[in-house]
Amino acid sequence: MDAIILQILNGLDKGSAYALIALGLTLIFGTLGVVNFAHGALFMIGAFCAVTLSRILTISHTVIDETKTDFLGNPLKVDVPYLYDIFGQATGDVIIDWAVPISILFAIPVMVGIGFAMERGLIKHFYKRPHADQILVTFGLAIVLQEIIKYFYGANPIPTPAPDAFRGSFDFGAMLGFDPNTIIYPYWRLVYFAFAAVIIGAVFAFLQFTTFGMVVRAGMADRETVGLLGINIDKRFTIMFGIAAAVAGLAGVMYTPINSPNYHMGMDFLVLSFVVVVVGGMGSLSGAVLAGFLLGILESFASMAIVLETLPGINQIIIYLVAIIILLTRPRGLMGRKGVMED
Amino acid sequence: MSNTKLTRRGLIKTGAVAGAAGLALPTYLRADGHAGFLNAPTGDTVTLGFNVPQSGPYADEGADELRAYELAVEHLNGEGDGGLMNTFTSKALQGNGILGKKVEYVTGDTQTKSDAARASAKSMIEKDGAIMITGGSSSGVAVAVQALCQEAGVIFMAGLTHSNDTTGKDRRANGFRHFFNSYMSGAALAPVLQNAYGSDRKAYHLTADYNWGYTTEEAVRTSTEAMGWETVNTVLTPLTQTDFSSYIAPVLQSGADVLVLNHYGGNMVNSLTNAVQFGLRDKQVNGKNFEIVVPLYSRLMAKGAGANVKGIFGSTNWHWSLQDEGSKAFVQSFGTKYGFPPSQAAHTCYVQALLYADAVERAGSFNPCAVVEALEGFEFDGMGNGPTLYRAEDHQCFKDVLVVKGKENPTSEFDLLEIVEVTPVEQVTYAPDHPQFAGGSLGTCNPGA
Amino acid sequence: MGLNKKDVTLLIIVAILCLFAPFILNPFPEGSAMAQFNAGYPDLMQRLVIFGIFAIGFNILFGLTGYLSFGHAAFLGVGSYAAIWMMKLLTMNVIPAIIISVLVAGLFSLLVGWISLRRSGIYFSILTLAFAQMSYSLAYSVLTPITGGETGLQPKVNDPRILDGALAAGETPRANLFGLQMNESYEMAVGGWVFTFNAGYYMAAVVMLIAFYISIRIFRSPFGMMLRAVKSNQQRLNYTGLNAKPYTLAAFVISGMYAGLAGGLLVAMDTQVGAERMFWTASGEVVLMTILGGAGTLIGPVLGAGFIKYMENIVSKINKSILEQWFAFMPDGIEDLLITLVYPFIGKGWHLTLGILFMLVVIFLPGGLVEGGQRVGRLFKRKKPADDKPDGRTTPAE
Repeated sequence: MDAIILQILNGLDKGSAYALIALGLTLIFGTLGVVNFAHGALFMIGAFCAVTLSRILTISHTVIDETKTDFLGNPLKVDVPYLYDIFGQATGDVIIDWAVPISILFAIPVMVGIGFAMERGLIKHFYKRPHADQILVTFGLAIVLQEIIKYFYGANPIPTPAPDAFRGSFDFGAMLGFDPNTIIYPYWRLVYFAFAAVIIGAVFAFLQFTTFGMVVRAGMADRETVGLLGINIDKRFTIMFGIAAAVAGLAGVMYTPINSPNYHMGMDFLVLSFVVVVVGGMGSLSGAVLAGFLLGILESFASMAIVLETLPGINQIIIYLVAIIILLTRPRGLMGRKGVMED
Repeated sequence: MSNTKLTRRGLIKTGAVAGAAGLALPTYLRADGHAGFLNAPTGDTVTLGFNVPQSGPYADEGADELRAYELAVEHLNGEGDGGLMNTFTSKALQGNGILGKKVEYVTGDTQTKSDAARASAKSMIEKDGAIMITGGSSSGVAVAVQALCQEAGVIFMAGLTHSNDTTGKDRRANGFRHFFNSYMSGAALAPVLQNAYGSDRKAYHLTADYNWGYTTEEAVRTSTEAMGWETVNTVLTPLTQTDFSSYIAPVLQSGADVLVLNHYGGNMVNSLTNAVQFGLRDKQVNGKNFEIVVPLYSRLMAKGAGANVKGIFGSTNWHWSLQDEGSKAFVQSFGTKYGFPPSQAAHTCYVQALLYADAVERAGSFNPCAVVEALEGFEFDGMGNGPTLYRAEDHQCFKDVLVVKGKENPTSEFDLLEIVEVTPVEQVTYAPDHPQFAGGSLGTCNPGA
Repeated sequence: MGLNKKDVTLLIIVAILCLFAPFILNPFPEGSAMAQFNAGYPDLMQRLVIFGIFAIGFNILFGLTGYLSFGHAAFLGVGSYAAIWMMKLLTMNVIPAIIISVLVAGLFSLLVGWISLRRSGIYFSILTLAFAQMSYSLAYSVLTPITGGETGLQPKVNDPRILDGALAAGETPRANLFGLQMNESYEMAVGGWVFTFNAGYYMAAVVMLIAFYISIRIFRSPFGMMLRAVKSNQQRLNYTGLNAKPYTLAAFVISGMYAGLAGGLLVAMDTQVGAERMFWTASGEVVLMTILGGAGTLIGPVLGAGFIKYMENIVSKINKSILEQWFAFMPDGIEDLLITLVYPFIGKGWHLTLGILFMLVVIFLPGGLVEGGQRVGRLFKRKKPADDKPDGRTTPAE
């Protein structure tokens, strides 16, 4: 029982990452009809916004410490962040410690800007081109973005820890009356889950309750008619692209303490998020979110030792197996609409 | 049917003569007419092929390997401070290239994929006339390229490859490994773990679901069980896994008090980060502190995992903080040139390059079969690992193994590991037909002609 | 041969290109600074034609029917595994290995196609992707006893090989065609040039020409028309009372067999298989090759395959010391500047160059490389209006 609760927690947590990325991807799919292979790269750039900010915060000048030596036997050079000089060491440390949450503020304008630039500069010209061309150009862009990050940050993962306040884990077991230490869950992952819920809720509310959202939803359903009504749908689509980029970027920022970011993390998530979107059904936001959580939970269950004993290797294929079964039983995924990306 | 692959550089000369005579003569030459082996260097230079990962997750490790090779080439050609050539017990190398020929090199990208690695190695052999291929950062690549070199008839000096298979079931006569292996990691770690954590422990293994993971798990399990540990469970994790939470979360429930992470590279960085995130290290199980062990460490991985490595045991082939003359010379030379200390991958690659050059000098020939003979059973010292033997039966180096621990108070971004023990070579030596290495045969050396 | 004049011309041009590839790909004299760009060595020439076959096959499905499979690497991989097992168990002769690789890949693609073709559009793509990823994951892990997992499979001295006699002591098993070894080469030195004529390459090239010929026939046949009809409007096709599924399934299986053929040839030329061959990036690569060259055109996919493989094998090998040689004649400051500017794009930065070229091609040449050829061709024609020879490069599907 406790094992199952634990895996549901894991599933929700994994699912929230999948759902966040898939949400942005399906916004672009659904509203703009563009197959965006660079979406994983946007997630990765979001993560590197956090890395960049913590690098900026720790910009340092060197002080020579005569008492210690470095590996070559020369006097040790110690880096002292300018923040120490400005705020004093204690406050400086707190700011550096909170780099990841602070990066959210930094990442939103950056990601929206990148989204706008991408849409205006590139994607716009591909709305009327075949999907094949969209794949090629966005894949090319993804490689370029990834290589730029690699050029500046290297290929090795870069540790970007959460603030000290969120280290360690919360003991659900004790709360629910199980033995202590049976159901523990890291604070930061709980934060991630809550954060994802807020973002997903905000996107839905935005589309549901604002005039802007209404027009975009109408545009998703029938772009031509909306255009005929004299509404400038293009401008709204640009904004939607910016929002989608920001959602992917924020998912990346918050993900950095969970796993150290590296330049190809976007590609790792890309295929998975496509599967999530399609299993959820093309053109359906709630489908994408639902599929994200469903696949996250199933993946977690498949990794349990007891399951692996009966079905060795099931953890390798579970996501794809489930995707096949769902697509065969439900022709348009969980909640897909007819006619979207079916030809 | 004779094989007619041969050196290009030899041909240029012949071709130039034909061209000078104003005749475009097709020349049908046979390699054995020249020197009896593939890509025999005929001019005043010799070409080595450095095949390292330059893209993909191990690109930084590959970059460090390449730095080491460039340094080795410098030293072989008599530039720089000579590095390990000064401390190496064999004094055959003169600093005038190899056998008087200036060392040149070509580089390629393995992408850490066996196909790409072979394509790159083949182009070095076929296009650039490389006489020896070296490098790599995974066992999959090492085994694939080693088999290629055997087939083609050049020497392969493996880079970083830790799986038992490289010198076990997939050993080849033309291939040599200086790096240590899974068995040695297990044998070296077990006594240290016993000292630190006692002999009454329950271990939970998370193992990367591919060959290297299997051999490492087997090695660590066998040697820890031999000293009294119980293995509670072993769970295989997919190579492509990035979030290990669902594997880590059930560990505490299992009643285990040690978690062994048989992971490497990105897998290890993520699984260790996740394990520390779950607070495993702050827990008490069975009245003991919960501990984590990482059988194979590298400094680059430790850097990726950041503060999470603190206090965690693992093994490594070499570390820059070693204080023997060889290590000091290498760190000095590498550090002066590049500004930071070398990684273990850089060390093993540098040493492999020098060992090859030395073997050629001692053999007096570039012929792969002569080189194999010179390296088999070769005993040397002064390369940073203490007295070392290149065993003839499986082409594996036998030397001391380092047990290291993540440092609590690092003074710099490179100072992440501290040496806990230097396990003497006797303790990690095994019989060539040990069950973990069974099923392979070297075959005979192939000179390619 | 059942081809029209234009197609015959195209086939002949391709045949001539294949025959003289060792010259064409080696334009620079040995030892010169530009020799770095020579591609006329056996391994790369073999890969160029083999991936050409893979892309031609993929194009039969994607170019004609519009069904975008994202799992074709699985068929290539399965074919390779079948071939290597043939070499381990039966004989090092490549013929049985290649035949079995085509058959096994055909069967596997029949299964995958039969299931995946129940859906269309992106749903189809994800189904094929799912099958390929499952094949990769299982081959890398659970199926290690059959596939060799991480370390893959290579022929070993002590394999059974029941049809071959015992190997002489010290001999390595080598892939051969009735005794003619695949890695056998004849080298010709002309002036400063060295041209390599490799047995394996010519065998692969002949197979590619046959594959190319069959693909032309398919494009021109009523069956090909049917497939195009599927692409342009499947619904209308259904209304006329025709069931499109048998046609698309046939196209899927044919392209799967092409992939298997490519896999078998890869093993024949370089006797080794690794599971990464089936990873989704490998499936993505053939998609990129086809689109880059020009989907739906006959020659486009081959050009795309050549382009990507050339970049991968040539640009990735340029390193800093080669740059230094190139620019050595310039004044120091300019030399350093040039090296700094060029360095990010070569060697370990070859992916960056590839990504940029993908974008440039698709932005400026919407029809892929073939369109580039077409434009050059038209330019040529405008200059000499009397000359109305077909440019031989393009045969658009629609």
